[in-house]
Amino acid sequence: MSLDQLRQCIKDALPDLDCVIGWEQGHSPATATPLFMYEKQDVDRLVFGPLSVHNLATYLPGLKGKKVGIVVKGCDSRAVVQLLRENLISREDVTIFGMGCNGVISHKRLNRTVDNLDRASSLRMDGDDVVVTIDETEQRVAFAEVCPDKCLTCTHPNAMISDHFIGEKSDRAPICETPPALERFQAMSIEDRHAFWEEQMSSCVRCYACRNACPMCVCRDQCVAQSRDPHWMSQETSPRENLMFQLAHTLHLAGRCVECGECERACPMELPILLLRQTAAAGIRNLFGHEAGVDPEAQIPLLTFAVQEANIKE
Amino acid sequence: MSAVPGRELRIIGFLCNWCSYGGADTAGVSRFEQPTDLRVVRVPCSGRIDPLFIVRAFLNGADGVLVSGCHPGDCHYSEGNYHARRRLELLKHLLPAAGIDPARFHYTWVSASEGAKWQQTVTDFTNRIHELGPAPAFCGASTPEDWAAVALGAANGPGCSDHGGDGK
Ligand code: SF4
Ligand code: SF4
Ligand code: SF4
Repeated sequence: MSLDQLRQCIKDALPDLDCVIGWEQGHSPATATPLFMYEKQDVDRLVFGPLSVHNLATYLPGLKGKKVGIVVKGCDSRAVVQLLRENLISREDVTIFGMGCNGVISHKRLNRTVDNLDRASSLRMDGDDVVVTIDETEQRVAFAEVCPDKCLTCTHPNAMISDHFIGEKSDRAPICETPPALERFQAMSIEDRHAFWEEQMSSCVRCYACRNACPMCVCRDQCVAQSRDPHWMSQETSPRENLMFQLAHTLHLAGRCVECGECERACPMELPILLLRQTAAAGIRNLFGHEAGVDPEAQIPLLTFAVQEANIKE
Repeated sequence: MSAVPGRELRIIGFLCNWCSYGGADTAGVSRFEQPTDLRVVRVPCSGRIDPLFIVRAFLNGADGVLVSGCHPGDCHYSEGNYHARRRLELLKHLLPAAGIDPARFHYTWVSASEGAKWQQTVTDFTNRIHELGPAPAFCGASTPEDWAAVALGAANGPGCSDHGGDGK
């Protein structure tokens, strides 16, 4: 099976690397957590499956200069491609263990769907269902109910770039074209969106988890959110300042955001901030025909221009 | 005096130093009558305009934002306005998702000799903003009652007290 192959492959590569990043079981069998493997015995704790949610590419820019191995799903590999494109990491320093992915589970959604998830003793996939055993009773939910929206629309389930591709390729097809939450958002009037953000942003606590989880947010120590010179936004947690931060994050990621959804997943307040990133990404697609993280040669659209723009009417 | 009847609104104009600021100056020197709602911020080049300038202006209570630079091909720094064009176009796409009416934002190109075009641009844009009325404020609502009031105010349109009251 491919987990054994993956473990073996990492063990073989480890002597030449400073560390390899993957996932291990978290605080319960219904969670996984990032794992940094330095020694051969660390590799035995590695897991891979529907709980391997984190986009581990987020760690790579901080480890620049080290020889690092990383396990990636399809969506994560787009972040790696984009980081390489922007010279934020160098190709010779990273060893990529690519996997095919059959979708991951949103812990928040699963937690809302089944009772007492923290007492789960096992979790497994059974066809299109997720089966969780809690207090010796099996609870069964449809995968599509508890996966993040990105898995419903996923067009790149296999690692797009790898030094070692392990196991079978996934042949998952997207279940829908537009994420359901985005569709509902698009149907709202501008006035309703104004009120929507006033409400949503009033619970943002400005913890910056969304920024810190983002693989493409690489200037954290100099982030506009905290700079005093220039002073772009105050630390006041009013809806206005919070929205200002979200729009800054969104605009800084325009043409670079790989729509991995880590920002939204990391948010402790469950704020639907991916809607803004998805809107910007759709704008970039329509205006410049560009999709971040799929083509290692493609220029970031906002760092270049065409004298005659094909899709801009003046 | 505002050439547009009614209370003045807050319109912010980001103008590049080399063309549009010159164009506005030409309009002034020629004594063309213009609405006075516009507050001009002079920038070295339209390429200097971070889209966040515009977002910040709106969140701080601007009712409209106008950006003007040199015509494509005429940039003093050769390509600043080409970069600006991409960013501003993207911003136009993003504003409605943030709950800001994109009709409140306009960007255009005016050269230093085009005093008459400048007059026309400012007048048309100011008229448009007056038709839209004061922008609903990001007022910092923080309770369910406040949110309901904001939603109601937005639905009632410019006639409602939520719009452009003095305490905005
Ligand atoms: S993670 Fe959520 S609560 Fe924290 S700053 Fe981001 S949006 Fe706000
Ligand atoms: S902004 Fe969000 S979706 Fe986009 S790359 Fe960053 S974490 Fe991923
Ligand atoms: S929000 Fe912007 S400034 Fe802050 S870390 Fe992300 S990209 Fe950098």
